[in-house]
Amino acid sequence: MEWVNDVIQGILTGGLYALFACGLSLMFGVMKVVNLAHGDLAVVGGYVALGVIAITHVPVLWSFVIVVPIMAGLGYLLQRTLIQGALDRGVLTTLIVTFGLSVVIENALLQFVNANSHSLGVGNSIVTGSFSIGSQIQLAYLLLLIFAVAVAVLLGLQYFLSSSRYGRMIRAVADDKEAAQLSGINYRHVFGIAAAIAFGTVALAGIGYGMYSQFSPSTGTDTILLFAFAAVVIGGLGSLWGTLVGGVVLGIAQQIGAQINQSDQLLAGYVVFLVILVVRPQGLTTRRAQS
Amino acid sequence: MSEPPSEPILEVRDLTVHHGQLQALEHISLRVFPGEVYAMIGANGAGKSTLLRTISGLHTPTEGSVLLDGKDVTKVRPDRRAILGIGMVPEGRRLFGSLSVEENLQVGASYARKGPWHIERVYELFGWMKDRRSQKTSQLSGGEQQSVAIGRALVANPRVLLLDELSLGLAPVIVQRIYAMLPQILDTGLTVLLVEQDVSQALRVASHIHCLLEGRTTLEGRPSDVDARQVEAAYFGLSGATAAPAEEAQLWSGSTTSSRGS
Repeated sequence: MEWVNDVIQGILTGGLYALFACGLSLMFGVMKVVNLAHGDLAVVGGYVALGVIAITHVPVLWSFVIVVPIMAGLGYLLQRTLIQGALDRGVLTTLIVTFGLSVVIENALLQFVNANSHSLGVGNSIVTGSFSIGSQIQLAYLLLLIFAVAVAVLLGLQYFLSSSRYGRMIRAVADDKEAAQLSGINYRHVFGIAAAIAFGTVALAGIGYGMYSQFSPSTGTDTILLFAFAAVVIGGLGSLWGTLVGGVVLGIAQQIGAQINQSDQLLAGYVVFLVILVVRPQGLTTRRAQS
Repeated sequence: MSEPPSEPILEVRDLTVHHGQLQALEHISLRVFPGEVYAMIGANGAGKSTLLRTISGLHTPTEGSVLLDGKDVTKVRPDRRAILGIGMVPEGRRLFGSLSVEENLQVGASYARKGPWHIERVYELFGWMKDRRSQKTSQLSGGEQQSVAIGRALVANPRVLLLDELSLGLAPVIVQRIYAMLPQILDTGLTVLLVEQDVSQALRVASHIHCLLEGRTTLEGRPSDVDARQVEAAYFGLSGATAAPAEEAQLWSGSTTSSRGS
């Protein structure tokens, strides 16, 4: 029964990891940018939420209504300026630039906020509570909510990409941006939209993480980015639903690791990550690329 | 054929293009008139594709200018040029591989101008396409892919359609089938500038031919005004061995432009 509980808890935390990972996966899939600042941006989302809540007194749960558009706007702006500038100089340059961005964000947060941990306290018993199934399985409403949000975000993204005009353009640009230009598409604008979506999802993830746990300026690089990477690699690079599979596998591995020994929680996750990388480098959900 | 109107729809003036250090095109000029099929011929590496890519804006010239309807578009981005009416079927087709046939056409129509072409009409032009519209383009044969690439360019309702090596990698019978569509396309008022390695194919469809050799113009004129030997000389850069000296002087000067009713 304990194991069943571990698996269920793992699946639920996997939703949060998927939320972290899908933006990373989208930016890589569309513009081949490995955004090393992705984790820090989630933390920025958390801090922006703190600020928004302090100023406007919106309930924590609803802060995303303001935070997500702010972060999406920031994403569009950063893509059109800094990241596009790096892309124009070559894909490798984006690694250096986003790494630099990560360092700048982390240090700016240390400078202007402080090194203390913060969380987005949810004073709402519906969210903080849990219910149990049997004697062993406890389901936290908050984790259930985050999981539901993750699935909704992925479904929404899937629908947007497959059925909307802009989604189609994003896929076309990802396939061949020169050919897209010949159809009148300004690929830089489309990249901006993709980045806006990625930043929006990572802001959601940051808020979710802030409600679930605590964050500090360094959380972005030492936890979130790694989890996001692991989820993306396990699930398969560039696959949207792969991020959920990857997140869930990572979550379950961590829970089972913690069950064996509390200190093995993170290690177990990374062992699975490495095993997948060796055995099935294309990830669980994507087929091996055809040459 | 009637005399072309006096204003060219597309004009290239004194275009020089470099690929890094390498000079790909050297002082190329050409004028394409409405309704024309203007064919660029030449061997591999003659600079034909570079010329089309520069006209569509994917390459930036070192010198010279590109004019659409007399307006200089040399500094205009490729996507803006497409919206202004320069359409292109790029070399190697360059379809969106993860998109279906229909989605490829929809992307082509994203910023379509007003005009006679729409997706249904492309389906009428290529009878097989409608039934297979939900297939991924990677599942299509080369000729079918080329047809989708043409359709994708047509649905944008370009004023000038640039066709880059339609015959590349296709069986001759398929090539002929695709070129047989050209009259139906021209009937809708399009102007075509095409690049073709297959000279006989180009001569069959073109109202004007222009031969490039190592980035320079070696021959220009109407197909009826040039004979096979002249074309051969211009294409391969042969000297007087195959072309009579008197003809050759005319050939290489590129002065045939003046013989057109412009």
